Order: sequence, then C-alpha cells, then structure tokens
Amino acid sequence: MILDWLLPALIGVLLVLAGIGAVRRMNLWRAGQAEKVDFIAGLMAMPKRYLHDLHHVVERDKYMSRTHVATGGGFVLAMALVVLVHLFGVDSKILAWALLASLVMMFCGALFVAKRRLNPPSRLSKGPWMRLPKSLLTFSITFFVLTLPVAGVLPDGFSLGVIGGWVFTLVLSVLILLSLGEMLFGMTWGGPMKHAFAGALHLAFHRRPERFGGGRSTGLKAADLGGASHGVAKPSDFKWNQLLGFDACVQCGRCEAVCPAFAAGQPLNPKKLIQDMVVGFAGGTDEKYAGSAYPGVEVGHAKGGADNIITDGLISSDTLWSCTTCRACVEECPMMIEHVDAIVDMRRFLTLEKGETPNKGAQVLENIIATDNPNGYSPASRTHWAADQNLNVMKDVKQADVLFWVSDGAFDMRSQRILRAFVKLLKAANVDVAILGDEELDSGDVARRLGDDATFQSLAKRNLATLSKYRFNKIVTTDPHAFHCLRNEYGDFGADALLSISGESVEVLHHTTYLNQLVKEGRLQLDTFKGGKVTYHDPCYLGRYNGEYEAPRELLASLGIEVAEMERSGYRSRCCGGGGGAPITDIPGERRIADMRMEDVVSTGAELVAVGCQQCTAMLEGVVEPRPVVRDIAELLSEKLKEPEKLKEPEETIEAEKIMEEERA
Amino acid sequence: MPPSVNMVALVSVGRHPQSGRSRRAEQDGRAVEMGMNLSCDIDGQLSVVHVGDSKEPVLRQYAGMGLDALTVLEQDSGLDVLPGVVTYLKETKANLVLTGVRAERGESSGMLPYLLAEQLGWPLVPRVAEILSIKEGEAQVLLALPRGQRRSITVALPFIATVDNAAKGARQTAYGPGLRAQLNVVESEDNTDDIATSWDISPAKPRPKRMKVVKAKSAADRFKAATAKPAGGGGRVMKNETAEEKAQAIFDLLKQEKIVR
Ligand code: SF4
Ligand code: SF4
Repeated sequence: MILDWLLPALIGVLLVLAGIGAVRRMNLWRAGQAEKVDFIAGLMAMPKRYLHDLHHVVERDKYMSRTHVATGGGFVLAMALVVLVHLFGVDSKILAWALLASLVMMFCGALFVAKRRLNPPSRLSKGPWMRLPKSLLTFSITFFVLTLPVAGVLPDGFSLGVIGGWVFTLVLSVLILLSLGEMLFGMTWGGPMKHAFAGALHLAFHRRPERFGGGRSTGLKAADLGGASHGVAKPSDFKWNQLLGFDACVQCGRCEAVCPAFAAGQPLNPKKLIQDMVVGFAGGTDEKYAGSAYPGVEVGHAKGGADNIITDGLISSDTLWSCTTCRACVEECPMMIEHVDAIVDMRRFLTLEKGETPNKGAQVLENIIATDNPNGYSPASRTHWAADQNLNVMKDVKQADVLFWVSDGAFDMRSQRILRAFVKLLKAANVDVAILGDEELDSGDVARRLGDDATFQSLAKRNLATLSKYRFNKIVTTDPHAFHCLRNEYGDFGADALLSISGESVEVLHHTTYLNQLVKEGRLQLDTFKGGKVTYHDPCYLGRYNGEYEAPRELLASLGIEVAEMERSGYRSRCCGGGGGAPITDIPGERRIADMRMEDVVSTGAELVAVGCQQCTAMLEGVVEPRPVVRDIAELLSEKLKEPEKLKEPEETIEAEKIMEEERA
Repeated sequence: MPPSVNMVALVSVGRHPQSGRSRRAEQDGRAVEMGMNLSCDIDGQLSVVHVGDSKEPVLRQYAGMGLDALTVLEQDSGLDVLPGVVTYLKETKANLVLTGVRAERGESSGMLPYLLAEQLGWPLVPRVAEILSIKEGEAQVLLALPRGQRRSITVALPFIATVDNAAKGARQTAYGPGLRAQLNVVESEDNTDDIATSWDISPAKPRPKRMKVVKAKSAADRFKAATAKPAGGGGRVMKNETAEEKAQAIFDLLKQEKIVR
C-alpha cells in the first residue's frame, strides 16, 4: 500500500523540516547578547525543572495541569514511538500497543483542551490557538488508525476495495500532513507548538536558574555602565536566553489576568508585551496576534525587527512605564518568563540614553542625585523625625545588635507614625538598636525601577561604604522596597562582605519578621485587638519578592485577629499601585490600581486593612473615604502593647504628638 | 558658509538649595535648553562653554541633555573668568550669548553678563523668557516681567541674553550621552582676581520679608490683594529729569531702604 512508504517519508520530511526550523529559530535567539550559561547542567536539569517547577505553577489550575499532563505527556511518548514504529519500522507488538495507549491518553487530554476552547476566557489567545485542539485530536486519531495494523488488531492488508483503498489512503495522508504539520513543522516554524520546543530549552538555559527547586531570584541584574549604550534599545540588546524565554510563551494569559496595570486600563498587557518581543526579534508586525490588546491601543500597527529601536513603532514607552514591577505576572507564568527584567531593561535605555523618564520622573531622579532622597529634602533633616525618640546613632555607638534602616519614610509625616510605632516596640522589647541617622541614603529602589541604574549603583555603593564602618547583627527595616534592595540587590556591590559582631553574615529582615521573632521569644506582651474585621494586604516587595507571607499573619494572630483573606492574597496579592515608580510616571488609565485594591479590601467586609509597607499605606490611604482604615502592623502592635508601668511614655511626647496630629488635620 | 547665528551658552556649576551639593544650575540649564531649541529652529549652532575645572562631574549633567561636545576654558577656581570668556567669544565669532541671570555659588552677583556686555560693547537683554525667532540678524525676544507678564522686544545681533526662570525648563539629562560627550579643554591664561582674593566671604543671610498688611474682609478680597499688581504708590517715573536728578533719586531710595548707609 502507498502508505507503507508515504508515511515514513512524510514523517522523515517533516522531521527534517522541523530540524531546519529549529536551527533557524536558534539563530534568531543568537541575535541576542552573550550570556554565560551552563549548557550541560541546564539540559540535564531540564526534565526535573519541567516536571517539578513548571508543573508546580501549572498545578494552580488543576484542570489545565491534568489536561496538560495527558496531552503533552501523551504526545511526547507517542511521537517517540511513532518514530520507532512508523519511521524506522520497528516491528514490535509491545511498542505498537504502547503507542496506542499513549495516543489514547493524548486524545483524552486533547478532548479537555477542546472543551476549554469552546468558550475560552478572554485571557486566552484565539487565532491559531483555536486550531490546536483539532490538530491534537487529528494527530491522535490518525496515528491510532495507522497503528492498528501494526498492533495486529486489523489485518495488514485489509481490503476496502481499490477505490475505497485510494480514498482511505488519500484521507489519511491529508490528516497525517495536517497533524504532523502542526506538531512538528509548527513547533519550530512559529506555530502554537513552538512553546514546547522553546519552552524546553528556556527551562534548560534560564537566566535565573536559582528559581528552580523552590528557590527565589528576584533582584534585578546590574546594568553595565560606561559602554556605547545602556539598557535595551533593540531586541538584539537582550541576552540571547531572554529572547529564548520570550519565545517560550504559550499565550495562556495568566499574566494578563493578574496584571494590575492591565486591569486598570493602562496600556500594558504582559502577554502582549512578550508577544511583541517575539515580533521584535523575529521581525514583522503584530497583525497575527490574537489575544487581548494593550488597553486603548489597537492591534496590528506594531512593527519590529531585531535591530530596530523597540520604542520606535513596536511598543510605546507608556506601556513600559505602566508597570508597577509587582511581579504578579512572573509569579503566575507557567513558563517562568521574566517580564519585569525585560521591562526594566528597556526602561534603562529610555532613562539612561534618551533622558525620557515621564512626568515627575526626571525631577525625582534629579532630586535623588542631588539630595539622596526623591523629594529633594535637605539631607540634614533626615533624622528630624526621631528628635524625640532617643535613638542611638551608629556614628556614636559604632555597634548594635540591630541596625534599624529607616528609609525615606523619615521625610513623610504619615510614614513617621509607622517608624515611631516600630521604635516603641523595639524599646519595649529592650532591643539594642541604632540608626544611621543622616548617614543613611535612599536605598536606590525608585531610581533602579525607573531605569537609572547608574544612580542606584552609586547609592548602593555609598550606603555599603557607610554600613561597613559599623558592626551589627541584623538590619531591620519597615520598608519592603529598601528591604529588597538591601537583601537581594546590594549583593552585587559587596553586601555579602558585611560581617556581624561575631563575624557571621548579616541578616536583613523586614520589621514584621523581626517583630514576629520578638513575640515568639516572649519579649513583647500584647493585648487582644478588639476592633472589627481585619484583612491583610501583602506588599509585593515583601511577599512575591521575598516570600514573607507568614510573619505578618502570625503577628496579627498574636493580637487575636483572624484575618479575613482577600481573594487575591498571598502570592496572588494585587499590587497597591505604588511600586516601580508607577505613581511618579503616572501613566493614565481608566481606573486607579489603589481603588481596585481597596475594592478587594471592601469585598471582605473588613473595617481595617493591615499592611506592612509605608508605600502601600500611602496608596491605600489615598483612596477617598469612606473606606476601611489602613494601618501598618507595627502600628497595630504598638497600640496593643502591654506596657510595664515604668515604661509609660512621658506625658510631653503624647502631648507633642497630639499637637502634631492637630496641625496635620 | 558659517551659520548665521553662532550661539554660546555659558554654564556654571550650580548648588542645590537643600543639600548644597553641586548640580546643573537652574538658569544655565534653561539657557542650554533655549539654545538647543533655537539651533533646531533656525540656521544656527550652539556651543556650550564652562570656565573652570574640566573634571567637574556636573559638566556631564549638561552634556547629558544631548550635547556632542562641551568646551571648558580650564582654569583654577578663584580666578577671574571674564578675560577668558571675552577672548573665546571674540575668537569664535559668537554673536549670541545665553546664560543664567546669576550663578548659584561664588559671588552670585549677576554681574558677569553685564561686564561681558561692557567689554564686548554688546547690548544686554535681561531676563529672557523666550526667543521667538531670529531673522536677518534680528531677534524677536520675550522678556519675563513679574506675575507672568511678558514684554516683546526686537534686538539686533549680537547681544547677550540672561535667561529667566520663566524660560522653558531644562530637559532631563541622560547618563549615557553625558558620559560619552567630548570635552574640548582650552587652557586659558592666569587671570588672578586680585580684588576677590582680598575679600572676606561669609554666608548670605536671607533678608527679612516686608510684611504686607492686607485688610480684606472676604476671600475674594484676599485673593485680589495677593495677585494684584502693587499700586506702586511710592514709585515715580522720571523721564525728563537730568541724569544727576535720576541718580540722586536712586541714591535716596537706596538710603531710605537702608541698603546704603
Ligand atoms: S508570558 Fe507566561 S503567563 Fe503570560 S501568556 Fe505567556 S506563558 Fe502565559
Ligand atoms: S509586574 Fe505587575 S504591573 Fe508589571 S506587567 Fe507584571 S503584573 Fe503587570
């Protein structure tokens, strides 16, 4: 029968074509910049990364994870066996039966893929992706039929008559071509199945291998300064494995569904952004993109090329400036794509090369450069907030158990209340604490997120030079942004060299973590909180960036509070809108992110929302009243502190605070 | 053919009012901005010139506005900057000088543009808000007056313009271009400022503000009082008097205000 030679021929040809496609695709990635990758270790680790890490993320959607195991697993198995059985003609009943079984598995999976495509949620891309379940079904059915004779279920030369035979052969050939075309050819020539090919390699050569095996890697990579250009201007300025990462996207739209900027109607959609990056390095337009657009921007007008400036026609700079760097997309992406890295890389070009940081951006950066704080306050007034706090300053004491990193909240009246509350708790627990006073500088968080890595690096180095003059065991801060910089980003500039009093490495802690330790050690005695219902907002830079979800909740529990959780909480917490310099660049949308977050709060019926960040406090308190009360956990704890009589605050401070309150009002 | 307008922006090292740290000076930045915009609109070229230390990092902040090059007339601090600038302007055949009204550090007397004008024999156009056009050697200039008012004048080139705070703000400075811009260093002769070296310099104290007593009953009255042009009761317009009489009037006023004792 014709099929006897046609089938192996078709499989062979398509495999060769797929091979050619793969080489072409790899060449596209190679347009990117060099980056050191351990190829062998990566490839060896790939299966585990797929089965464990990637699946861990996919598992959040149970329906999809089972579907994917059946379809993907079935296909990989079936394809291997197809090559053995039909290409090389290995005549083995066992193999044939195994092939039949894997095809059945794949068929079942494909049915569920098809079912989800009946009424797909808006986050899923349509277009060729609607065709995929059909191709999957065709593949499994066709090869099932083809394998029956080999398995001995149908006699080899079963007869349909001459004409019937011809028709049958013709139909089968077309089906083979269609399904293999999608599965093999499409895999390397840009069809939906590309995700399997690029995805596997992306897992192997990921730029942040530390993320696998339950690790966390959230600090931005330092920009190289002093070259002919800074940041990413053209797609070819990305590292090659970043380009590979973009290619791995399955357009599942999970990132889109969690993106606060997208929900607020700002012109950003992380999924589209990644697809535009693919358009960028592969060349062409976004006409074929079949998912949700950037809010307010029509699809089809974006053009790109590996050596074209990205913001000249591929994406608008407003898209880049809309991001709050909340990392919700990265956390949610089953392919472990790094959206935030890419966005900040492109911002670096806009700020460091073009000087086009929008709105207040330029002024804030100028202030940071001239005064080491974003609002241009006198550096000599940094410690004014602590005038009545009787705090040790490192310059005098040289060493302390705890270094309290105050952050720029020192200049803001609302944040000062959080700082004072925290100091009160530290004193109650008799902690040996000191601050840097006027020697402290802005952590560089805002400058870095705004793309000014030169200023960030200068601040990091100068801060580290100050820190290295003193001895302390822990750095504790009430600001998750400074916390993230100190803990995850200063390492590139020598933070690891800081040594504690006993010569070990210094711990960097968020105040909720540290307070929780104090409570557990019994150093803080607390009364029960008797307000109404309370919910907790996870700050992005504490939760997703640093994995601290428990300490704040345990602290609330120690006040007798049972947290009424929001639907979006923990690793799925929604940003308050305050990160990434977003309030500074202030890209207009249809809603404000803070308003949406407050709606989340309201929907729990809570009367109070506890937070662990001064920026979140500012953003949420900026929502018009009536709304639930916003309190930092340090404030809640200090209000419920059981104080031994002698530690009572002197009357004047209370008076002074009252007067300040009144002045503010 | 050389461009018809040969602009020079003079820039100094500014001082941040809060931190006291060096920075791109407000008004000088505006002067560069004005020059950059003009060189796009008209047939002209801009060179930016600083007198002082070529290693001063603030110069990179000016360059980061998008300048390919910057000229530094290298000289030690404490020397007189005037002779070097005059020579440079003559040599390069500049015909329009843009600079701030006054520097943010040093003497900050605002005298430099006047002394330059005197030595070059050019007119000085003070407190420019905008140069609308330059055609056939004549510039259409908007001067900034108090309370957002403008006066339109026409000046023939060459002239020196001091740029007011009302002019368009300086654009953002970008790190990369600033770093890569070329610095053309010109050694200038030793111009010791003999008078200045003998001075005793102490920090300036802000002069107390005169209280304005407003007897207003309603918010509208208060608003009017705050925004209205001062009625200028004390002022006098002297046109036909002799120079001596005018000088005497100024002298009397200075005495009355206790500026001269
Ligand atoms: S970037 Fe990740 S989360 Fe977003 S659509 Fe692609 S695969 Fe899905
Ligand atoms: S980091 Fe947050 S705001 Fe930025 S694209 Fe991702 S989800 Fe959207």
